Amino acid sequence: MTDPLLQAQNVSHNYPRRNRVMPALAEVSFSLQEHEFVCVVGNSGSGKSTLLRILGGLLTPTAGEVLFKGIPVRGPQPQIGFVFQNTNLMPWRTALENVLLPLELQKRLDRQDRERASAALALMGLEAFADAYPSQLSGGMAQRVTLTRALLQSPALLLLDEPFGALDALTRERLNQELLRLCRDRKQTALMITHSIQEAVFLADRVLVLSGQPGKLQGAILVDLPRPRTLEMLTWPQAGALTSEIRACLATGSQEPLPQ
Amino acid sequence: MKDSSILFPGAPADEGTDQGMPPAVEQPASQRQRKSGRVGDWVARHSALAAFPFVLGGALLLWEALVRWQDYPVFILPRPGHVLQKALAMAADGSLLRHAKATVTEVGAGLLIGLTLAFILGYWLGRSRTLDRILSPYLVASQTIPVVAIAPLLVIWFGSGLLSKVLITTIMVFFPTLVSTIIGIRNVDPGLRELMRSLRAGRRQLFLKLELPAALPVIFGGLKLSVILAVVGAVVGEFVGADVGLGFLINLGRGVLDTPMIFVAVLMIVLLAQAMYWSVTLLESYLLRWRQLGLKDSD
Repeated sequence: MTDPLLQAQNVSHNYPRRNRVMPALAEVSFSLQEHEFVCVVGNSGSGKSTLLRILGGLLTPTAGEVLFKGIPVRGPQPQIGFVFQNTNLMPWRTALENVLLPLELQKRLDRQDRERASAALALMGLEAFADAYPSQLSGGMAQRVTLTRALLQSPALLLLDEPFGALDALTRERLNQELLRLCRDRKQTALMITHSIQEAVFLADRVLVLSGQPGKLQGAILVDLPRPRTLEMLTWPQAGALTSEIRACLATGSQEPLPQ
Repeated sequence: MKDSSILFPGAPADEGTDQGMPPAVEQPASQRQRKSGRVGDWVARHSALAAFPFVLGGALLLWEALVRWQDYPVFILPRPGHVLQKALAMAADGSLLRHAKATVTEVGAGLLIGLTLAFILGYWLGRSRTLDRILSPYLVASQTIPVVAIAPLLVIWFGSGLLSKVLITTIMVFFPTLVSTIIGIRNVDPGLRELMRSLRAGRRQLFLKLELPAALPVIFGGLKLSVILAVVGAVVGEFVGADVGLGFLINLGRGVLDTPMIFVAVLMIVLLAQAMYWSVTLLESYLLRWRQLGLKDSD
C-alpha cells in the first residue's frame, strides 16, 4: 500500500464546559488512501462533526495528530474542500458568485475563472440558475451549488458533513448518485459523515463506525459491492449483511441497551 | 440540461424530482410581456404613490375650509395660500435657501461624524463580548440623558455656531446605528464564518466579503432611524441658540408672530427628513436587491 493521504493518530477531543470537560472523541485512529471514498457512520453526539472539523484543520484536537500527505495539519488546508450540511451559501451572492468565492479570496478573478465556474455549474445541471440567488433555489439545487463550489478548487480531499441530511429522500438519492459519479470521474478522495447506514453502504469503499460518548471507533467495514453502484444493489443480500454488521457495530459502542 | 445527461449518463433528467422550483426567476418576464393596462398596472403596484396627490389635496382643502369657516386671524392659522406666498417670498430673497443650507450642513456633518463613530465602535462591540460588557452600561446610561436637556450646556460650551449643532446631531445619530451595527455583526451566520475560515480568508476579506454584507440589512434599520433623528437634533440645537437655520426660523417666527414663516420652516424640516429617509430606503433597496427576491419566495 502507498502512503495514506490522510492519517488520524490517536485523536481525542474534549470541549471545555463551565467547570469540567466534556469528552467528544477518544483515541480515534485511521487512515485514508488516495481515491478512497470513506463514510463515517455514527449516532448523534458521537463526535462525527468534531472529527470532520479536526481532520480539516478547523479544530485543534486536545490530543493526537492528523497528518495530511505526511504533514501535521495545523489550521485549514488549501487542498481540503468542505461541504457542510447547512449549505453555507451567501444569500447576497448569486449561485455563480458563491461558486467563485474561494477563488476570489485567493486572487483577482478573470474571465477564465468565470467561464470555468459557469461550466462547472452547467455540469451540475444548473446553467439556468447561475444568476439566481440561494433563496430562489430548492434545497437540492443549493446543495449542488455547494458541491460545485468545493470541487471547483480541485481539492485533494473532500470532506462532507451530512451534506444531504436536510433533503427529502428522493432528492437525496439523486444527489448521492451524482456524488458517486463525480467522485469516480475525478478519482476524488472523500470522507463523508452520515447517520444513514444505507447511504454509507451505497457510497463508501469503507465504512468507519463511530459510537459512544465520547465517540470511539468501533470498527471499519469494507464494502465489497461492485462499482459502479446502483440503487438496486441495496436490495442484495450482501448489502443487507453489511447493513446488519454496521448496525451491530454501532450498538456495541452505545452504553444503554437497545430497547426491545 | 442536456449536458448533464451526457456527463452523468445514468442520472435522470434534471426536471421533476427537484420540487418547489420557485417561479420567481420567470416572473418578471411574464409581466413585461403583458402590454395592455399599463397605467392600471402601475397604480396597482404603486398604490401608495398613486393615492398621495389625493390625500395631499384633501388635506389642503380641509385646512382651507377650516380657516374660512372659523375665520382665524393669520397669526393663529394662516391659509395654505398664505404659507405658499410666504415660502415664495422667502425663496425669492434667498433667506429660505440660507437657513435650509445651514440646517443641511449641520445634519450632514453630524451624520458623517456620528455614523462613522457608530460603525467603528459598533463593529468592535459586535466582535468582542468583553468590550461590549465593559462599555455597554455607559452607552445605555448616556442614552437616558435627554439630548434636549443637555443641548443648552453644549451651546454654552461650544458656542452658538455650527459646532454645537453638529455635536447635538452627532449624539442623536449615534445610538440607533451603533446598536444595529452591534446586532448585525453579532448575528453573522456562524456557518458562514466557518466557511470563510476553511477558505483561509484574511481579516479584511472576512469583513468585506462576509461581515459587512451580512450585517447590512440590520444596519439599515438603525440608519433609517438615525437620519430622521439627525434632523431633529439639528433643529433642537437651533432652538437653543443660533442665528441661522430652520429651527432658528421657527423661534424667530414665534417671536414676531409670523405664523406663516413657522409653517414654511416646519414644512422644510419635514421635507428634509423625508428626503433623507427615502434616500436611505432607496439605497437599501438597491444594495439589498437579493433580499426582495428572497422575501417573495418565503412569503
